Amino acid sequence: MNPQLNQDGSLRHLLTLDGLPRAILTQILDTAESFMDVGEREVKKVPLLRGKSIFNLFFEPSTRTRTTFEIAAKRLSADVVNLNISTSSQTKGEAILDTVDNLAAMHADMFIVRHSQSGAAHFIARNVAPHISVINAGDGRHAHPTQGLLDMFTIRRFKGDFHNLTVAIVGDVLHSRVARSQIHALTTLGVPEVRVIAPKTLLPTGVEQMGVKVYHDMTAGLAGCDVVIMLRLQNERMKGALLPSAQEYFKFFGLTPEKLAYAKPDAIVMHPGPMNRGVEIDSEVADGPQSVILPQVTYGIAVRMAVMALLAGGSAT
Amino acid sequence: MHASLPDANTLIAQLAAAIAPSLTPETVIVGIHTGGVWVAERLHALLKCATPLGTLDISFYRDDFSRIGLHPQVKPSTLPVDLEGRDILLIDDVLHSGRTVRAAMNELFDYGRPATIRLAVLVDRGDHELPIRPDFAGLTLTVPNHQNINLSRLDDGHLTLSLA
Repeated sequence: MNPQLNQDGSLRHLLTLDGLPRAILTQILDTAESFMDVGEREVKKVPLLRGKSIFNLFFEPSTRTRTTFEIAAKRLSADVVNLNISTSSQTKGEAILDTVDNLAAMHADMFIVRHSQSGAAHFIARNVAPHISVINAGDGRHAHPTQGLLDMFTIRRFKGDFHNLTVAIVGDVLHSRVARSQIHALTTLGVPEVRVIAPKTLLPTGVEQMGVKVYHDMTAGLAGCDVVIMLRLQNERMKGALLPSAQEYFKFFGLTPEKLAYAKPDAIVMHPGPMNRGVEIDSEVADGPQSVILPQVTYGIAVRMAVMALLAGGSAT
Repeated sequence: MHASLPDANTLIAQLAAAIAPSLTPETVIVGIHTGGVWVAERLHALLKCATPLGTLDISFYRDDFSRIGLHPQVKPSTLPVDLEGRDILLIDDVLHSGRTVRAAMNELFDYGRPATIRLAVLVDRGDHELPIRPDFAGLTLTVPNHQNINLSRLDDGHLTLSLA
């Protein structure tokens, strides 16, 4: 049984996109679509989550993700509390649950959890009271489901649907929870060809078993692509010598206008941020006409509103 | 009881005739999804209203969200003009508890401050739970609580009222 779903199949927590049925993904994307116009109105708020308390539990630093979750919760009229908890003061397991129990005693309705350890959000979800929902905002190398969903929302907005697309994910797949969430979502939504392009040292073993084609060369990998998703080179996670240098990486795998020309002329370029300009992406591409990197950020708010609304609502019928 | 209900199109025509004298250049017709939009589309055409039609999905404003959750198919609300100082003519198919209309008014005020809001419904079936009454009603009748009045639209666009 999927711990993310209620017995009736509705969403209980959002921990990973792995194993979520297409109907749920589509429901989230459709709901996000109807939240899009809220951000453009005179009053950028709907009363849906009035009286609910949402706690942003960030055990690992983040600016964009935490801010967009906060804005999303506030546009739903929830009360938001931000907690930046330094992992150094935590002694894992027990201490995390103590934190969570204390917040539950303050009548929390939802936890949004970012943690450097894979499985942290699952661990919290297994231990909360039945009325509390947990959203994984990134755990270790494992998953970042709302980022994956907002990327799917972006693709659908610019490309219409998923059925004839070739999508390439480029860069540090090994350390990327974003890449894992994207691959699960793309294959679930029926994208016929998902490629990963990376040096061998930045690919997890057995990545082919996730249903992707592997390339080690940008020219071949980008040929005919509709969507190019660049990943951040995870410098802070780079322990040991996986790469000769950032310059060398840029030469072979950095997205420049010349390399982008191998993709379809109307291909879109995405990046989950924050970007390392001149490492994985050239500024001319990042700021160019094919870039949809800033719309991704805007759409992230609507997608996170949709997830929170679906989690917080009752299901009496 | 009311084995056969009057023809919906006749009721809409009567409603249009009743509304016509009070139409102003500032009037904006706004239909509530889904049935209310169908009626609003007809009224908008019959009244030759110059302002584009508005539509409202009140799912994000419902008072039973924490019990039953989000409606599975939320449609976007589209209000094509600034509502500030406008005369809103709010349209729904059936007025029952009044909760939908309350939610719709709350949503309208998040788009701006209209000068007036008036309510026109195809059927007022009574059993109101809030102090909300229609300014125009095509039909007023009393229906036992366990019965539903439904407006449905056929593929050819024909509207039909039924009691179930």
